[in-house]
Amino acid sequence: MKKIVMVISTALLLVFQVRADGPFRPGDKASDFSLKSVKGEMVSLADMENARGFIVVFTSNVCPVAKKYEQRVIDLHSVFSAKGYPVVAINSNDPEANPGDSFEAMKKVASEKGYAFTYLRDESQDVAKSYGATNTPHVYVLSKKGENLKVEYVGAIDNNSDDATKANKTYVADAVNSLLKGESVTVPSTKAIGCSIKWKN
Amino acid sequence: MRSGKILISVSIFLVFFIGLEASGQKIEYIKVPDLEKILNNKENKLLVVNFWATWCAPCVKELPAFEKVAGEYNESKVRFIMLSLDFPSQIESQLKPFLKKNNLTLDVSVMMDTDYNSWIDKVDPQWQGNIPSTLIVNHEKKTRYFHSGEIDEPELRALINKFL
Repeated sequence: MKKIVMVISTALLLVFQVRADGPFRPGDKASDFSLKSVKGEMVSLADMENARGFIVVFTSNVCPVAKKYEQRVIDLHSVFSAKGYPVVAINSNDPEANPGDSFEAMKKVASEKGYAFTYLRDESQDVAKSYGATNTPHVYVLSKKGENLKVEYVGAIDNNSDDATKANKTYVADAVNSLLKGESVTVPSTKAIGCSIKWKN
Repeated sequence: MRSGKILISVSIFLVFFIGLEASGQKIEYIKVPDLEKILNNKENKLLVVNFWATWCAPCVKELPAFEKVAGEYNESKVRFIMLSLDFPSQIESQLKPFLKKNNLTLDVSVMMDTDYNSWIDKVDPQWQGNIPSTLIVNHEKKTRYFHSGEIDEPELRALINKFL
Protein backbone atom coordinates (compact mmCIF):
# COMPACT_ATOMS: atom_id res chain seq x y z
CA MET A 1 0.00 0.00 0.00
CA LYS A 2 2.75 2.37 1.00
CA LYS A 3 4.52 1.55 -2.25
CA ILE A 4 1.45 2.29 -4.32
CA VAL A 5 0.96 5.62 -2.58
CA MET A 6 4.58 6.47 -3.26
CA VAL A 7 4.33 5.51 -6.92
CA ILE A 8 1.16 7.54 -7.34
CA SER A 9 2.55 10.56 -5.57
CA THR A 10 5.76 10.37 -7.62
CA ALA A 11 3.68 10.15 -10.79
CA LEU A 12 1.56 13.11 -9.69
CA LEU A 13 4.68 15.07 -8.85
CA LEU A 14 6.08 14.33 -12.31
CA VAL A 15 2.82 15.40 -13.95
CA PHE A 16 2.79 18.64 -12.03
CA GLN A 17 6.43 19.27 -12.77
CA VAL A 18 5.78 18.84 -16.46
CA ARG A 19 2.81 21.19 -16.21
CA ALA A 20 4.77 23.85 -14.43
CA ASP A 21 7.41 23.71 -17.13
CA GLY A 22 7.64 25.85 -20.22
CA PRO A 23 7.65 27.12 -22.70
CA PHE A 24 5.04 29.16 -20.93
CA ARG A 25 2.22 30.50 -23.00
CA PRO A 26 -0.48 32.97 -22.01
CA GLY A 27 -2.90 31.29 -19.65
CA ASP A 28 -0.28 28.91 -18.22
CA LYS A 29 0.64 28.73 -14.59
CA ALA A 30 4.13 30.16 -14.14
CA SER A 31 6.73 28.89 -11.71
CA ASP A 32 8.59 30.92 -9.13
CA PHE A 33 12.38 30.78 -8.83
CA SER A 34 15.18 31.76 -6.53
CA LEU A 35 18.02 33.66 -8.17
CA LYS A 36 20.90 35.81 -7.01
CA SER A 37 20.38 39.52 -7.48
CA VAL A 38 23.10 42.06 -8.28
CA LYS A 39 22.75 43.13 -4.64
CA GLY A 40 23.97 39.68 -3.62
CA GLU A 41 20.79 38.28 -2.10
CA MET A 42 18.66 35.40 -3.30
CA VAL A 43 15.34 36.67 -4.65
CA SER A 44 12.04 34.91 -5.34
CA LEU A 45 8.87 36.40 -6.74
CA ALA A 46 7.15 35.25 -3.54
CA ASP A 47 9.40 37.66 -1.61
CA MET A 48 7.68 40.62 -3.25
CA GLU A 49 4.55 40.28 -1.18
CA ASN A 50 2.90 43.52 -2.23
CA ALA A 51 3.19 42.84 -5.95
CA ARG A 52 -0.01 42.19 -7.90
CA GLY A 53 2.06 40.74 -10.69
CA PHE A 54 5.41 41.01 -12.44
CA ILE A 55 7.02 42.17 -15.64
CA VAL A 56 9.70 39.51 -16.04
CA VAL A 57 12.27 40.56 -18.65
CA PHE A 58 14.93 38.17 -19.92
CA THR A 59 17.68 40.55 -20.97
CA SER A 60 21.36 41.11 -21.63
CA ASN A 61 23.89 43.87 -20.98
CA VAL A 62 25.39 43.53 -24.44
CA CYS A 63 22.67 42.44 -26.87
CA PRO A 64 22.08 45.49 -29.12
CA VAL A 65 18.32 44.95 -29.10
CA ALA A 66 18.27 44.69 -25.30
CA LYS A 67 20.39 47.84 -25.12
CA LYS A 68 17.90 49.63 -27.36
CA TYR A 69 15.21 48.66 -24.86
CA GLU A 70 17.14 49.39 -21.66
CA GLN A 71 15.59 52.81 -21.06
CA ARG A 72 12.15 51.44 -21.87
CA VAL A 73 12.62 48.71 -19.23
CA ILE A 74 13.68 51.35 -16.69
CA ASP A 75 10.57 53.37 -17.62
CA LEU A 76 8.24 50.35 -17.35
CA HIS A 77 9.48 49.79 -13.81
CA SER A 78 9.09 53.42 -12.81
CA VAL A 79 5.53 53.54 -14.16
CA PHE A 80 4.26 50.15 -13.04
CA SER A 81 6.12 49.17 -9.85
CA ALA A 82 4.07 51.67 -7.83
CA LYS A 83 0.94 50.11 -9.33
CA GLY A 84 2.00 46.64 -8.22
CA TYR A 85 3.77 45.38 -11.33
CA PRO A 86 7.53 45.70 -10.80
CA VAL A 87 10.08 44.75 -13.45
CA VAL A 88 12.14 41.68 -12.60
CA ALA A 89 15.03 41.45 -15.05
CA ILE A 90 16.86 38.16 -15.55
CA ASN A 91 20.17 37.64 -17.32
CA SER A 92 20.53 34.01 -18.46
CA ASN A 93 23.33 34.36 -21.00
CA ASP A 94 26.43 32.21 -20.69
CA PRO A 95 29.17 34.64 -19.60
CA GLU A 96 31.72 32.55 -21.47
CA ALA A 97 29.94 33.35 -24.71
CA ASN A 98 29.17 36.92 -23.64
CA PRO A 99 31.73 38.14 -21.08
CA GLY A 100 29.71 41.37 -20.89
CA ASP A 101 26.89 39.40 -19.29
CA SER A 102 28.90 38.12 -16.32
CA PHE A 103 27.60 38.70 -12.80
CA GLU A 104 30.28 41.34 -12.24
CA ALA A 105 29.28 43.12 -15.46
CA MET A 106 25.63 42.97 -14.40
CA LYS A 107 26.48 44.60 -11.07
CA LYS A 108 28.39 47.33 -12.85
CA VAL A 109 25.63 48.11 -15.36
CA ALA A 110 22.97 48.07 -12.63
CA SER A 111 24.87 50.55 -10.50
CA GLU A 112 25.94 52.79 -13.40
CA LYS A 113 22.42 53.00 -14.77
CA GLY A 114 20.85 53.09 -11.33
CA TYR A 115 18.52 50.17 -11.97
CA ALA A 116 15.63 50.49 -9.52
CA PHE A 117 14.35 47.06 -10.53
CA THR A 118 15.63 43.67 -9.39
CA TYR A 119 18.30 42.30 -11.71
CA LEU A 120 18.93 38.56 -11.36
CA ARG A 121 21.58 36.12 -12.56
CA ASP A 122 20.20 32.83 -13.96
CA GLU A 123 23.48 30.96 -13.60
CA SER A 124 22.13 27.49 -14.39
CA GLN A 125 19.92 28.90 -17.19
CA ASP A 126 17.11 26.79 -15.71
CA VAL A 127 14.70 29.70 -15.39
CA ALA A 128 15.10 30.73 -19.04
CA LYS A 129 14.63 27.10 -20.03
CA SER A 130 11.58 26.53 -17.86
CA TYR A 131 9.95 29.76 -19.07
CA GLY A 132 10.90 29.00 -22.66
CA ALA A 133 12.71 32.29 -23.17
CA THR A 134 14.70 32.28 -26.41
CA ASN A 135 15.64 35.90 -27.02
CA THR A 136 16.70 39.05 -25.33
CA PRO A 137 14.68 41.01 -24.53
CA HIS A 138 11.85 38.53 -23.98
CA VAL A 139 9.06 39.58 -21.63
CA TYR A 140 6.62 37.55 -19.52
CA VAL A 141 3.88 39.52 -17.78
CA LEU A 142 2.61 37.51 -14.82
CA SER A 143 -0.39 38.14 -12.62
CA LYS A 144 -0.54 36.94 -9.04
CA LYS A 145 -3.58 35.53 -7.27
CA GLY A 146 -2.68 34.33 -3.80
CA GLU A 147 0.36 32.18 -4.41
CA ASN A 148 -0.52 31.43 -8.00
CA LEU A 149 1.32 33.06 -10.87
CA LYS A 150 -0.39 33.18 -14.23
CA VAL A 151 1.20 34.05 -17.57
CA GLU A 152 -0.76 36.92 -19.08
CA TYR A 153 1.52 38.06 -21.88
CA VAL A 154 4.62 36.74 -23.65
CA GLY A 155 6.74 38.63 -26.17
CA ALA A 156 8.11 42.01 -27.10
CA ILE A 157 7.96 45.30 -25.19
CA ASP A 158 6.59 47.24 -28.17
CA ASN A 159 6.65 47.12 -31.96
CA ASN A 160 9.68 49.26 -32.73
CA SER A 161 12.99 48.18 -31.25
CA ASP A 162 14.91 50.78 -33.24
CA ASP A 163 13.01 53.83 -32.04
CA ALA A 164 10.69 54.01 -29.03
CA THR A 165 9.03 57.16 -30.34
CA LYS A 166 7.97 55.32 -33.50
CA ALA A 167 6.37 52.40 -31.68
CA ASN A 168 2.60 52.50 -32.06
CA LYS A 169 1.89 49.29 -30.18
CA THR A 170 3.10 49.22 -26.58
CA TYR A 171 2.36 45.58 -25.88
CA VAL A 172 3.69 45.25 -22.32
CA ALA A 173 2.28 48.56 -21.05
CA ASP A 174 -1.08 47.76 -22.66
CA ALA A 175 -1.12 44.29 -21.10
CA VAL A 176 -0.37 45.59 -17.61
CA ASN A 177 -2.87 48.44 -17.96
CA SER A 178 -5.56 45.93 -18.93
CA LEU A 179 -4.74 43.76 -15.91
CA LEU A 180 -4.83 46.78 -13.62
CA LYS A 181 -8.34 47.52 -14.88
CA GLY A 182 -9.33 43.91 -14.27
CA GLU A 183 -9.62 43.25 -17.99
CA SER A 184 -8.10 40.47 -20.03
CA VAL A 185 -5.06 41.20 -22.18
CA THR A 186 -6.01 42.00 -25.78
CA VAL A 187 -2.73 40.95 -27.40
CA PRO A 188 -1.42 38.11 -25.21
CA SER A 189 1.61 37.18 -27.30
CA THR A 190 3.91 38.73 -29.86
CA LYS A 191 7.23 37.97 -31.48
CA ALA A 192 10.23 40.15 -32.18
CA ILE A 193 13.70 39.97 -33.63
CA GLY A 194 16.24 39.67 -30.86
CA CYS A 195 19.55 38.15 -29.86
CA SER A 196 19.30 34.47 -29.06
CA ILE A 197 20.01 33.55 -25.45
CA LYS A 198 23.56 32.22 -25.31
CA TRP A 199 23.25 28.68 -23.95
CA LYS A 200 26.04 26.85 -22.20
CA ASN A 201 27.38 23.86 -24.08
CA MET B 1 33.42 77.34 -70.61
CA ARG B 2 29.98 75.79 -70.46
CA SER B 3 31.15 72.54 -71.97
CA GLY B 4 33.94 72.53 -69.38
CA LYS B 5 31.35 72.64 -66.64
CA ILE B 6 29.39 69.82 -68.25
CA LEU B 7 32.56 67.79 -68.58
CA ILE B 8 33.31 68.29 -64.88
CA SER B 9 29.76 67.30 -63.95
CA VAL B 10 29.97 64.24 -66.14
CA SER B 11 33.28 63.21 -64.65
CA ILE B 12 31.98 63.75 -61.12
CA PHE B 13 28.97 61.62 -62.03
CA LEU B 14 31.20 58.92 -63.52
CA VAL B 15 33.51 58.87 -60.51
CA PHE B 16 30.48 58.63 -58.24
CA PHE B 17 28.95 55.89 -60.36
CA ILE B 18 32.15 53.87 -60.65
CA GLY B 19 32.70 54.37 -56.92
CA LEU B 20 29.35 52.79 -56.23
CA GLU B 21 30.08 49.94 -58.58
CA ALA B 22 33.49 49.37 -57.05
CA SER B 23 32.03 48.81 -53.61
CA GLY B 24 30.12 46.07 -55.45
CA GLN B 25 27.19 45.81 -53.15
CA LYS B 26 23.62 45.87 -54.25
CA ILE B 27 21.27 46.47 -51.34
CA GLU B 28 17.56 45.99 -51.68
CA TYR B 29 15.25 47.65 -49.21
CA ILE B 30 12.19 45.53 -48.62
CA LYS B 31 8.94 45.58 -46.68
CA VAL B 32 6.43 42.87 -45.80
CA PRO B 33 4.78 42.60 -49.27
CA ASP B 34 8.25 42.19 -50.83
CA LEU B 35 9.11 39.50 -48.31
CA GLU B 36 5.90 37.68 -49.17
CA LYS B 37 6.77 37.94 -52.83
CA ILE B 38 10.19 36.42 -52.16
CA LEU B 39 8.75 33.61 -50.04
CA ASN B 40 5.93 32.79 -52.46
CA ASN B 41 7.82 33.29 -55.68
CA LYS B 42 7.35 30.23 -57.83
CA GLU B 43 10.68 30.32 -59.65
CA ASN B 44 12.34 27.03 -60.26
CA LYS B 45 15.21 27.60 -57.84
CA LEU B 46 15.98 26.60 -54.32
CA LEU B 47 15.60 29.65 -52.12
CA VAL B 48 17.94 30.13 -49.16
CA VAL B 49 17.16 33.11 -46.93
CA ASN B 50 19.50 33.91 -44.07
CA PHE B 51 18.21 36.28 -41.40
CA TRP B 52 21.09 38.23 -39.92
CA ALA B 53 22.32 41.63 -38.71
CA THR B 54 25.71 43.27 -38.33
CA TRP B 55 25.05 43.60 -34.59
CA CYS B 56 24.60 39.83 -34.22
CA ALA B 57 28.02 38.23 -33.62
CA PRO B 58 27.05 34.62 -34.44
CA CYS B 59 25.39 35.88 -37.65
CA VAL B 60 28.56 37.64 -38.74
CA LYS B 61 30.53 34.53 -37.90
CA GLU B 62 28.54 32.36 -40.30
CA LEU B 63 28.57 34.78 -43.27
CA PRO B 64 31.76 33.30 -44.76
CA ALA B 65 30.12 29.87 -44.79
CA PHE B 66 27.24 31.29 -46.83
CA GLU B 67 29.64 33.05 -49.21
CA LYS B 68 31.64 29.86 -49.68
CA VAL B 69 28.70 27.49 -50.12
CA ALA B 70 26.88 29.93 -52.44
CA GLY B 71 29.93 29.88 -54.70
CA GLU B 72 29.57 26.13 -55.13
CA TYR B 73 26.10 26.28 -56.70
CA ASN B 74 24.91 27.68 -59.99
CA GLU B 75 22.88 30.84 -59.53
CA SER B 76 20.19 29.35 -61.75
CA LYS B 77 19.72 26.51 -59.25
CA VAL B 78 20.00 28.19 -55.86
CA ARG B 79 19.13 31.74 -54.91
CA PHE B 80 20.68 33.14 -51.72
CA ILE B 81 19.27 36.18 -49.98
CA MET B 82 21.04 37.58 -46.96
CA LEU B 83 18.16 39.39 -45.27
CA SER B 84 19.56 41.98 -42.90
CA LEU B 85 17.57 42.97 -39.85
CA ASP B 86 19.84 45.85 -38.99
CA PHE B 87 18.04 48.78 -37.42
CA PRO B 88 16.89 51.15 -40.19
CA SER B 89 18.65 53.96 -38.30
CA GLN B 90 21.97 52.10 -38.61
CA ILE B 91 22.00 51.27 -42.31
CA GLU B 92 24.34 54.14 -43.18
CA SER B 93 26.46 53.96 -40.04
CA GLN B 94 26.74 50.17 -39.63
CA LEU B 95 25.46 48.04 -42.49
CA LYS B 96 26.96 49.87 -45.47
CA PRO B 97 30.46 50.21 -43.97
CA PHE B 98 30.28 46.55 -42.92
CA LEU B 99 29.40 45.37 -46.42
CA LYS B 100 32.14 47.48 -47.92
CA LYS B 101 34.75 46.26 -45.48
CA ASN B 102 33.85 42.58 -45.79
CA ASN B 103 33.35 42.51 -49.55
CA LEU B 104 30.22 40.41 -49.43
CA THR B 105 29.26 39.21 -52.89
CA LEU B 106 25.88 37.74 -51.96
CA ASP B 107 22.70 39.73 -52.46
CA VAL B 108 21.79 41.68 -49.38
CA SER B 109 18.27 42.83 -48.64
CA VAL B 110 17.32 44.95 -45.67
CA MET B 111 13.99 44.58 -43.92
CA MET B 112 12.63 48.06 -43.39
CA ASP B 113 9.46 46.96 -41.60
CA THR B 114 10.36 46.81 -37.92
CA ASP B 115 6.89 45.72 -36.82
CA TYR B 116 8.37 42.25 -36.46
CA ASN B 117 5.30 40.66 -34.97
CA SER B 118 3.44 41.33 -38.21
CA TRP B 119 5.72 39.14 -40.31
CA ILE B 120 7.78 36.66 -38.24
CA ASP B 121 5.08 33.99 -38.46
CA LYS B 122 4.96 34.36 -42.24
CA VAL B 123 8.54 33.12 -42.35
CA ASP B 124 7.85 30.25 -39.97
CA PRO B 125 5.37 29.88 -37.11
CA GLN B 126 8.06 28.13 -35.06
CA TRP B 127 10.45 31.05 -35.32
CA GLN B 128 10.84 33.00 -32.09
CA GLY B 129 12.63 35.88 -33.81
CA ASN B 130 16.13 34.84 -32.76
CA ILE B 131 18.89 35.36 -35.27
CA PRO B 132 20.76 33.91 -37.04
CA SER B 133 18.06 31.79 -38.62
CA THR B 134 17.84 30.33 -42.10
CA LEU B 135 14.89 29.39 -44.29
CA ILE B 136 15.18 26.97 -47.22
CA VAL B 137 12.30 26.70 -49.69
CA ASN B 138 11.87 24.45 -52.69
CA HIS B 139 8.74 25.75 -54.40
CA GLU B 140 8.66 22.99 -56.97
CA LYS B 141 8.76 20.15 -54.45
CA LYS B 142 6.74 22.21 -51.96
CA THR B 143 9.29 21.56 -49.28
CA ARG B 144 10.32 24.05 -46.68
CA TYR B 145 12.82 23.91 -43.86
CA PHE B 146 13.43 26.44 -41.12
CA HIS B 147 16.68 26.32 -39.19
CA SER B 148 16.72 28.31 -35.95
CA GLY B 149 20.17 29.33 -34.76
CA GLU B 150 23.67 29.07 -36.10
CA ILE B 151 24.63 26.89 -39.01
CA ASP B 152 28.08 25.80 -40.22
CA GLU B 153 29.42 25.14 -43.68
CA PRO B 154 28.93 21.34 -43.88
CA GLU B 155 25.47 21.62 -42.35
CA LEU B 156 24.41 24.31 -44.82
CA ARG B 157 25.75 22.33 -47.78
CA ALA B 158 24.02 19.17 -46.56
CA LEU B 159 20.70 21.00 -46.17
CA ILE B 160 20.92 22.53 -49.62
CA ASN B 161 21.70 19.14 -51.16
CA LYS B 162 18.85 17.58 -49.27
CA PHE B 163 16.26 20.11 -50.44
CA LEU B 164 17.59 20.74 -53.95
